[in-house]
Parts: sequence; structure tokens; C-alpha cells
Amino acid sequence: MSENEPLLSVQNLEKHFPVTKGLLKREVGAVKAVDGISFDVFKGETLGLVGESGCGKSTTGRLVTRLLEPTGGKVVFEGRDITHMGQGKLRPLRRDMQMIFQDPYSSLNPRHTVGAIVGAPFRIQGVKTENGTKKAVQDILEMVGLNPEHYNRYPHEFSGGQRQRIGIARTLALKPKLIIADEPVSALDVSIQAQVVNLLEDLQNELDLTYVVIAHDLSVVRHISDRVAVMYLGKIVEIADRKRLYTAPMHPYTNALLSAVPVPDPKARRDRDRIRLTGDVPSPLNPPPACRFHTRCWKAQEICKTVEPPLEELAGGHRVACHFPENAPVAATAEDATKA
Amino acid sequence: MLIVISMVTFGIFFVVPQWAGSTPEALASRYVGRAATPETVHLVAERLGFNDPIVVQYGRFLKGIFVGAEYDYGAGVEQCPAPCLGYSFISGQPVWPDLLDRMPVTFSLAIGAALLWVVFGVSVGVLSALRRGSFFDRLSMGTALAGVSLPIFFTGMVSLVVFSYGLGWTPPGGAWTDLTENPAQWAYNLLLPWITLAFLFAATYARLTRAGMLETMGEDYIRTARAKGLREREVVVKHGLRAALTPILTLFGIDFGLLIGGAILTETTYTLPGLGQFAILAIRNQDLPQVMGVVLFAAGFVVVASFVVDLLYAVVDPRVRLS
Amino acid sequence: MSFLDVKDLRIHFPTDDGLVRAVDGLTFSLERGQTLGIVGESGSGKSVTSLGILGLHKGGRAKISGEIWLDGEELVGASAEAVRGLRGKKMAMIFQDPLSSMHPYYTVGHQIIEAYRIHHDVSKQVARKHAVDLLGRVGIPEPAKRVDSYPHEFSGGMRQRAMIAMALSCDPELLIADEPTTALDVTVQAQILDLMRDLQREFNSALIVITHDLGVVAELSDDILVMYGGKCIEYGKADDIFYQPEHPYTWGLLSSMPRLDRERTERLLPIKGSPPSLINVPPGCAFHPRCPYADRTDGRSSTEVPDLAPTERGHLVRCHMGRTERRTLWETEIKPVLETQ
Ligand SMILES: Nc1ncnc2c1ncn2[C@@H]1O[C@H](COP(=O)(O)OP(=O)(O)OP(=O)(O)O)[C@@H](O)[C@H]1O
Ligand SMILES: Nc1ncnc2c1ncn2[C@@H]1O[C@H](COP(=O)(O)OP(=O)(O)OP(=O)(O)O)[C@@H](O)[C@H]1O
Ligand code: SF4
Ligand code: SF4
Ligand SMILES: [Mg+2]
Ligand SMILES: [Mg+2]
Repeated sequence: MSENEPLLSVQNLEKHFPVTKGLLKREVGAVKAVDGISFDVFKGETLGLVGESGCGKSTTGRLVTRLLEPTGGKVVFEGRDITHMGQGKLRPLRRDMQMIFQDPYSSLNPRHTVGAIVGAPFRIQGVKTENGTKKAVQDILEMVGLNPEHYNRYPHEFSGGQRQRIGIARTLALKPKLIIADEPVSALDVSIQAQVVNLLEDLQNELDLTYVVIAHDLSVVRHISDRVAVMYLGKIVEIADRKRLYTAPMHPYTNALLSAVPVPDPKARRDRDRIRLTGDVPSPLNPPPACRFHTRCWKAQEICKTVEPPLEELAGGHRVACHFPENAPVAATAEDATKA
Repeated sequence: MLIVISMVTFGIFFVVPQWAGSTPEALASRYVGRAATPETVHLVAERLGFNDPIVVQYGRFLKGIFVGAEYDYGAGVEQCPAPCLGYSFISGQPVWPDLLDRMPVTFSLAIGAALLWVVFGVSVGVLSALRRGSFFDRLSMGTALAGVSLPIFFTGMVSLVVFSYGLGWTPPGGAWTDLTENPAQWAYNLLLPWITLAFLFAATYARLTRAGMLETMGEDYIRTARAKGLREREVVVKHGLRAALTPILTLFGIDFGLLIGGAILTETTYTLPGLGQFAILAIRNQDLPQVMGVVLFAAGFVVVASFVVDLLYAVVDPRVRLS
Repeated sequence: MSFLDVKDLRIHFPTDDGLVRAVDGLTFSLERGQTLGIVGESGSGKSVTSLGILGLHKGGRAKISGEIWLDGEELVGASAEAVRGLRGKKMAMIFQDPLSSMHPYYTVGHQIIEAYRIHHDVSKQVARKHAVDLLGRVGIPEPAKRVDSYPHEFSGGMRQRAMIAMALSCDPELLIADEPTTALDVTVQAQILDLMRDLQREFNSALIVITHDLGVVAELSDDILVMYGGKCIEYGKADDIFYQPEHPYTWGLLSSMPRLDRERTERLLPIKGSPPSLINVPPGCAFHPRCPYADRTDGRSSTEVPDLAPTERGHLVRCHMGRTERRTLWETEIKPVLETQ
């Protein structure tokens, strides 16, 4: 990993949505959607963000791109603190930071042509292009594997995969440095997912992009990421490089997650020893105290209910928030080295 | 809510005339009759407090409604028990008992019509939805469209001419018998007004129910109900209609509250001695206290009706109960 | 004859844009205690197939033909009332989205009691006791208390458990689960899959699992049927489909998925193009515009619909390529790539 400055640095980021009640909008509590998370993203790498529904992945993405206002912590982009930067100052930054959304159906305006959709960022940012906007847009369409002649077509004339390509084309228009992709392939068919995943990888190599990919599909995340952060109820519980996280996960929750993924191999199911969690994820309105996972963790002890485990680096670049981590660090490193 | 309404009514009938240049004397002159000398008028204005600050007047007005009031005309003190809405300019009688007198007529009209329109509107809507595109659907929706767009005095007049004067099936306008006296006669007299009034509303309800049913019958839980092996009739009534009726319930609350408005036209057409007619007369006579009484009463009725609907809504939809 | 025998099932919907051949000549069979997995991409006709078996495909002018034999009774020609009598009792269904599939105004208990009392002439108290038992069986804590909760008061996983309890209320002999875990989180999905497996063993019912997730079918199925464009393109034992598949589309599905149980590959191998619209199914083999081997069949792929024919191993494949050619391709080109993954 690069030793230099991170492109994006998130420090103790927090977003609490107030919960109000009654006519007077009395505040009765807060949904701690994101509750003090920190991570760095380095130039050219892909950070994967996984976790179950409602753990705060999308909120994190929106905070980083400043579509939401953080209630605490800091977002630093290229060394500049953008946490509370005004919209005016933020505008030029929006060129450098783009977001791809999950639903290729609802995120494109059905009344605009593909040309208008992909060309919109040029107009909004007032960017002049050498051979006119149309040429620039057609170049981008070609880059994402769409026919440049589709310039005047409307979104409904395209399939889901093609629409996602249009969405990607739009984010690429202004040559961003960082792309936050929120569930970019989860609405797509299996055979199409692979097309879009490959496209994202090609574009990364070609344009030197940095990605934060948010997804709940652990296999997609492993395929696409260099490093992976696992979230649970608004916290990052484990963050490590891909190989480490998938071969020697330390947090019990990560172990459970990996173990729960159904494997497309009928023989494997017969002799797989699995960790089964009981119950569902608790509500973020009243998260369990101390270690938030203790209500479902099979290793939980008294201390887990009283003392919050800090996110500590237990091996090179491998940080875990657990009092009793799995895969003791020494063994993990050794095993890892041989497996690589 | 009621407070707001009372303030607005008070504003319209007392404050605005004063701003508009009406002097306290002009107001007071309405209380003492045309032949009074300027001195008496001035005295009465003073006694009735028209010279007091507006807030004090409003306070007195509210007090009248809740605890009753005393009016001192100089010629003796008059007791006006709560709820005191003042005295009619014309008859000199307190407004409230007059209102009470006429209430049974309007309620008879309203409740009967409401029953009719809910039953008819909803069943026609359901059948139309289930047979979408059929002859029945097109016929009933065409009729409903007519019902929505024809003004009530038109349908009222036509029905009177045809059924009462022409065919002689129903009594001509103006017939009213108390329910306690002779229930059959009561219903017979009200039949035509009920139908006319219900027609207007039934049309709206049929259209709404149809749209609601079409939407709910496409829901996943309807498919589940069928997958359980439930009979189609039960699927429609217990699962489809139950959900489709919720928005109708809201509308019903509002409509029932506003019915006084609809009743004005119907009562006038059929010359029924109800609140609507009372209001028309009051307006025609510029009988301020009476007009105010009706308005406040009607507004109060709307508020109570929508409150009841809110309560009912929570009973019907458990998701509302939580928040 | 098997417990469930579906023969040449066709369900077509005339629409303004043309005829939608949602299911086009499907044949399969299933025994009690066995699980059939139906996989395929969005719009391949999976849900319509399952609704057709229950007689719920209606939607206006649907045309259905073929035969569905359930325990010796034919359903396609049967009266609507006869089929209704079987629904819930003999055959039941679990749907994808448990929140929208339960009535928001009735308690979970009410909905289970209702399902039970349609087919059993018992008092409300007896049915209620049964509902509580069922909720306990599907793993809902404190069932006696939760029986009076509304669906929105349950979490996603609990709702799906309640749906399962409702479907099982009359001990159905055929259970169809349409994407039973797609709306759930992985950890909850794993719980529900375990539960379905255990319950099936206990009830010895025939189970059809419909999904687009090859992992889920691998977890549950004995047999697998792969659908493409309303037709079955490969059908056989789970092991055959996963270890000896012979249809290019199945190969494509297997190689386009990233897999956690293999080493990570540098690149995924997607299928080009996108699934066909069922109004304009490509002529000949519906897969030919996307198939890398279409040029090996002397043009027949684009003109002639291939038959569903048995392979050397005995499972069924719909492809014009010769058996030996397919096996060679699998052994030499596809399998090695998949294995290194
Ligand atoms: N605007 C909002 N107001 C209140 N609560 C919110 C808001 N947005 C999100 N939340 C809550 O914050 C939590 C985290 O939401 P978020 O969308 O970030 O989850 P997620 O990890 O992206 O989940 P998913 O996988 O379902 O997309 C959830 O409990 C959600 O209900
Ligand atoms: N009532 C209907 N009228 C017309 N077309 C229909 C009707 N029901 C389904 N279809 C069409 O039939 C095709 C198959 O639909 P089906 O729901 O079976 O797909 P599926 O395989 O279940 O897909 P998914 O994975 O998205 O659920 C689709 O193209 C759909 O649009
Ligand atoms: S801190 Fe305790 S409860 Fe939390 S994950 Fe570790 S062992 Fe489990
Ligand atoms: S029939 Fe032709 S197009 Fe279809 S799968 Fe076989 S080779 Fe491919
Ligand atoms: Mg999200
Ligand atoms: Mg489906």
C-alpha cells in the first residue's frame, strides 16, 4: 500500500438522525446510523464497505460526498477538511468526487436523453470541452461499452445493465478522482453483474480511479476490493486488506458473515461446519451498549457488555474491534504468508 | 382547532366590520331596533362592550359559549345560558335553542344520505373494480361522472318534477315528520332528498373505491390470501376492501362534517326546515348572531367528525397506532 | 407417476405489445421429500411457473395449457373451486417479500389462524393454539406473545419465519418458495435456509425453491432446472448441473459469479448481452445472440429450436451441439477455468 497521503481520510465520522415525536417535534432519541468511524482511502485503491442492511453503509457514502451533513467527525479530501465546507466551495470538489447509485431504474431521469444525462455534469459545472460536449459524451459512452449512437435515446430503451453503464458514464464525465459506488451491481442479473464489475475494474486501470464500493454481497466485494471494512450497527468492526480479511478474519461477526454465504457447490454444503448467528440485527435506535455485537456473539463475555472494544491494529494493517478476536494474530500472519 | 375557528368567525363578524368603518354604534343599533335614539344606541354600545379592546370582546364571546353570558340592555338584565351564541336580531330569541330545534332535520337528512351513499358508492366501486372494462363498469363509471359533475339543485329539481309532481311517488317538498312521531312517514318524506344528496356523494365514493380496489387487489398480500385457499369473496371483502376502505374513511369523516354545506342546497330545494335553510334565512336577513351560530356549529361539527375519523383510523390501520 | 408431474406447461399472456410466452413448454417432476431448484435470470418465467401450479397466474387473459398432475389429480383442467380447495392445504407458497406479502391490518396470528381454518373446521381457540405452536416451531421467541403482533412489528427475518409458519399451517405436501431469502440479510438467510431444510425433512413435503442465486439452490436442491426465456434449458441432479453442466448458458452462469469458495480470479467471465424480452424471444435457440458457440451448429442455433435431449449422464440439455462436443468443451475449456477460480 502506498505510504503517501490518503486521498480520502475519514475521522470519527458520525451521523445521528434525530427521532422526533408529536406536533412539537420533540426529540426523543437518535438513530445512530454512523457512529464514529475512521478509515483512509489511498489513491488508486478500492475500499470495500460491507455489512447487513441498515448498518450505515449508504449513510457513510452520503456523508463522504457531503450529500448529508455529518453530526460529528471529519472528512478530509486531498488534505483539505471538507466536513463543513459551504456548497459554493464544495462545487469544484464535486467534480473530483462522484457517486454511483444502486437502482439503475430510478436514478436516471426518464424524460432526458442519454446525451443529456451524461452531458449534464458538463453543463452544471460549466466545463468547456475541445470538440463540444456531444463529442465528449460520445467518447464516454464508448468507454463504458455503449454505442455512441445511443446519444439520443431514452433510459427506458435500455436494459438494467446498460442503464447502470449510463449511470457510470455520468459519473465519469468530469474525470473524478474518487468514485463512491453504492451497491452498483445488486439490482442486476448475475450474468450482467460480471459485466459491470469488469467495467469498473477496467475504468479504474485506465483512468487511475479510486473507489469506495459499498455492497452487501461478500463475494462481489472480495472480487473488486483491495481492502475491506466490515460495518455493524454504525461502527467499523474490522478493516484489513482483502486477503487477510477473507482468509483470516478476526472479528466474530466477520467470521459469521463469511460462514453464512451460501456456496454454489452442493457437496460443500454436506460437510461444511458453519457458524449460525441467532436473531436479527438490533435496531440502531437503541444499539446494545459496549460491543454492539454482544447480543448475537457466541464468544461474548461480561466485559463485552460493559467495555467497548477499541478498533486496534492487531497485525499489519489489520484492525479489529473485539476483546476476544479469532485467528490469533501470530498464527494468522504466518498462515497468510504461506497461503498467498 | 376549534379555537382557531372561533377566532376566525369572531374576526369576520365583529372585527372586520369595525375595521371596515362600522362604528360601535352601528353595531349596537342592530341590537336595539331601528327606532332608537342615538343616545340609547350609544348607551347600549357601551354596555355591550363594543368599545372595549378586541381581546376583551373576544374573551367575553368565548365566555358566552362556555359558561353563558348576561346582557344588560339597560331595560333589564337578560340571562343567556351556555352555550350562548347571542340573540337573533330579528326574533330576539337566543340562537342556540333555535339551532337545536333544527338539528334533527339536518341529521336525519345527513345520516340517511350518508348510509345510502356509502353502501351504494362502495359496492358499485367494488363491483366495477372486479369487472374492470365490463359493461357494468363503464355504465356505472359514466353515471358516476354525471353524479360528480351535476349540481345538486339541478338533480334535486329534476327529481322533484319527475317523482313528486309527475309520478306522485314521493311527497312534494317541505314535508317533515319527526322520527319519534311516525318513522315510516319520516323515511317516506326524506326519501327523495336522501337519494339526491347521496347520488352526489355516492358518485365520488364509487370512483374512489374503484381506484382503491384496483390498487389493493394487485398487492402481494392479496396473492397470499389466494394462495391460502381463501374463497374469492373473502379475499375481496376481508383483504381487499379492508385495505381499500381506509382512505375512504378519511374522506367520509370530512364529507360528513361538511355535509351541512350539502344540506343547505338540498334543504333549500326541498324546503326542509333544517339547519341549511336556517342558515340561508339568517344570511338573507343579515341576522349576524344566527349566521355566526350556524358557522361555528358547522365548523365544530367538522372538527369533531375528523377527530372521530382519526380515532377510527387508528383502529383500522395498526401501523398508525405506533407513532 | 411422480407426486408432482408437470407436462408441457405453457402460460402465455396476450398484451398490447404482443404475446408474452412467460412459460413455454416446461416439463418436470418431483417426489415427496425431494427439492427442486428452479434458477434463471429476471424475467425467465420462474414466478409465473410457480403461480401457474397454484392456479394463481390469472391476471386477465392468461392462456394456460399442458398438464399438472398433483398426487394423481390434474389441475390445469380442474375447476377453479377444486384448485382453490387444494391451495393452502395440499400445496402452499412462500413469497419473496414477507412484508408486502402479509396483510398490514391483521395480526400475524390472525393470518395464520385464517389459513388454518379455511381447511379445518375448528374453533378459533384451537386454531390459535396451533398458530402459537407453529410460530414456536419456526423459531420465533415467545410465540404466545408474538402471535398478536402485526407484521410491521416483526423484523425481516421474523416475518419470513411467520410466512413459513403460515404456509405450513395445513401440512402441505407441496411447498413452493419463490425467492424466499432474496429480501433478507446473509446471516438471516442462512437461518431461513436451515429452517426450510429442517422443516422439509420433518414434514417430508415436496419443495420447489425458486431463486436466481446459485448458492441458494446448491444449499437446498436435489434436482435443478435452469430456465432461460421461458424454457427449460438444462435439468438434472444438482451434482450434474454443478459438476457436469453441458449447456453454454449454465457455463456462463457459473463462470460469471465471483465465488468465495475458490481463489479469487483476476477477471470475471460475464455472458455478453442481456436476457431476452419474452415478447421478442430470439428465434431458434433463445440464447444464441449471447452464446459463444452458436457458430458451431451450422446456423441451426438461430433458426431451429433445439430439443431438450438427454446427455450421456442422463440429464437433459437443450442445445444443438453434439453431446461429445459439449463434453469435450466442458472438460477442456470450461472446467479448467472454473476450477482455478
Ligand atoms: N434520513 C434518515 N432519517 C432517519 N434515519 C435514517 C435516514 N437515513 C437512514 N436512516 C437510518 O440509518 C440507518 C442506516 O441506514 P443506511 O441506509 O446507511 O443503511 P445501509 O447500510 O446502506 O443499508 P442497506 O444495505 O439496507 O442499504 C438505518 O437504520 C436507517 O433506517
Ligand atoms: N400478468 C402478466 N401479464 C403479462 N406479462 C406477464 C404477466 N405476469 C408475468 N408476465 C411476464 O412474464 C415474464 C416472466 O415473469 P416472471 O415473474 O415469471 O419472471 P421471474 O423469472 O420470476 O423473474 P424475477 O427473477 O424477476 O422474479 C416477464 O417478462 C413478465 O413481464
Ligand atoms: S467484543 Fe465480545 S461480544 Fe464483541 S465481538 Fe468480541 S467477543 Fe463478541
Ligand atoms: S443451441 Fe446453439 S446457441 Fe443455443 S446454446 Fe447450443 S450452441 Fe449455444
Ligand atoms: Mg444502502
Ligand atoms: Mg420472480
